[in-house]
Amino acid sequence: MKTSFPRSLQTVIIALVAVGLVALALGGYFNPVTSWFTRLTIDAQTWISTRYLAVTDFLTVPRDVASLRQRNAELEVEVAQLQTQVIDLQQKVTETNILSALVDFARANPEYSYKAAAIIGLDPSPFLRYVIINIGSNQGILPGMPVVTDKGLVGRVDAVIAEAARVQLMTDAASAVNVRLQSSDTEAMLVGSVTGDLSLDMISQDAAVTVGDVVLTSGLGGSYPPNLLVGQVVSVRKLDYELFQQAAIQPNVDFNQLGFVLVITNFTPVDITPLIATPGP
Amino acid sequence: MRRGILVAIPVLGLAAMLQTSIVGRINLLNGAADLVLLILAAWGLQERVRSAWVWGAAAGLLVGFISAIPWHVYLVGYLVVVGMARLLAHRVWQAPLLAMFTVTLIGTLVLLMLTYLERSLFEVSLAFNLSFVQIILPSILLNLLLAIPVHALIRDLANRLFPAEVVS
Repeated sequence: MKTSFPRSLQTVIIALVAVGLVALALGGYFNPVTSWFTRLTIDAQTWISTRYLAVTDFLTVPRDVASLRQRNAELEVEVAQLQTQVIDLQQKVTETNILSALVDFARANPEYSYKAAAIIGLDPSPFLRYVIINIGSNQGILPGMPVVTDKGLVGRVDAVIAEAARVQLMTDAASAVNVRLQSSDTEAMLVGSVTGDLSLDMISQDAAVTVGDVVLTSGLGGSYPPNLLVGQVVSVRKLDYELFQQAAIQPNVDFNQLGFVLVITNFTPVDITPLIATPGP
Repeated sequence: MRRGILVAIPVLGLAAMLQTSIVGRINLLNGAADLVLLILAAWGLQERVRSAWVWGAAAGLLVGFISAIPWHVYLVGYLVVVGMARLLAHRVWQAPLLAMFTVTLIGTLVLLMLTYLERSLFEVSLAFNLSFVQIILPSILLNLLLAIPVHALIRDLANRLFPAEVVS
């Protein structure tokens, strides 16, 4: 006996079952089943993928070690180059900061013309405190021109060649600068020493000198322009039986860290030698 | 001898540059080593070298030109160093380091005393005690410290320029 549904009825039943399943799924009745199936699928996928990667690693390790070594060497070279660049840039930043301070100083003192110079050497003799700068007569530098930094007076040009000049620092034992104390307006003479210490001499016994007084150039004698900052008084020695007081000075410029300086090019020192009286015959 | 004179130019030029830019900045109290003096002492102590006097004169003029000290002070000082070195080279040849130390010690003392006298007599009065303690003694010590490496380097240079003759 052959029982057969008409084809159209079979189609309708299948469609109804399908719609029913979809409706059940949309209603969330299959969630436990689908999540179990999904977890199973993901676990299987993970297992296969992990094993595959392990096998791949095992097969390709020798080649990777060689390439990694090469890559490591390349990176080490690159790191060394970058470190060099970092040092170079740090140096440039330091130089820029110094030069920026010098530019600020030049802007704050527009009455003078300046030439910036780098310190390229020291005098070979330990008895002298001279430095060599990298600009000379080709850049308009002449003997006697004052040399400063943003912190204050450094010294003056002693000798010049075409592309370099020698500067006598104010800490040199043979250096003498006419100065005044800002608070009391007292004149004095600033002298250097073999140890590089600065002291004030020729201070009148009547003058009131106190620790912390600011010392500026006075401009007397015409060797230096007036009102350049020199330093501060750190101690005073006053003895009744001496003609003058003396004072120790802390310079404002750190002479151990001098890197760049400014040469004042529009100041012409006055030569007062003909005015100094000489004993007659 | 011509080779020795030709080599003097780069060696002394480099030494003067190193002296003004690096060695002069390494201070002990206020003293500093004198690389040029050490090179002259070591060069003068090499037996086969015949150009030591030329080196001394060239170094004296070169450093005298750079320094604010009058050039004749360095010229005389360095020639004294070379003279002592040549004198000792033939007498204590079996103890080259001892000779190097002797020349360094006396040569530094002579040069710095000449500098001190020149400054004190013609420029500014300097306290001798302070100068001796702060400059002369530390400079001698630094020179003695540098004497051994400089002697080794200069001996190698001299051996390369003037190799010993092999007697067959």
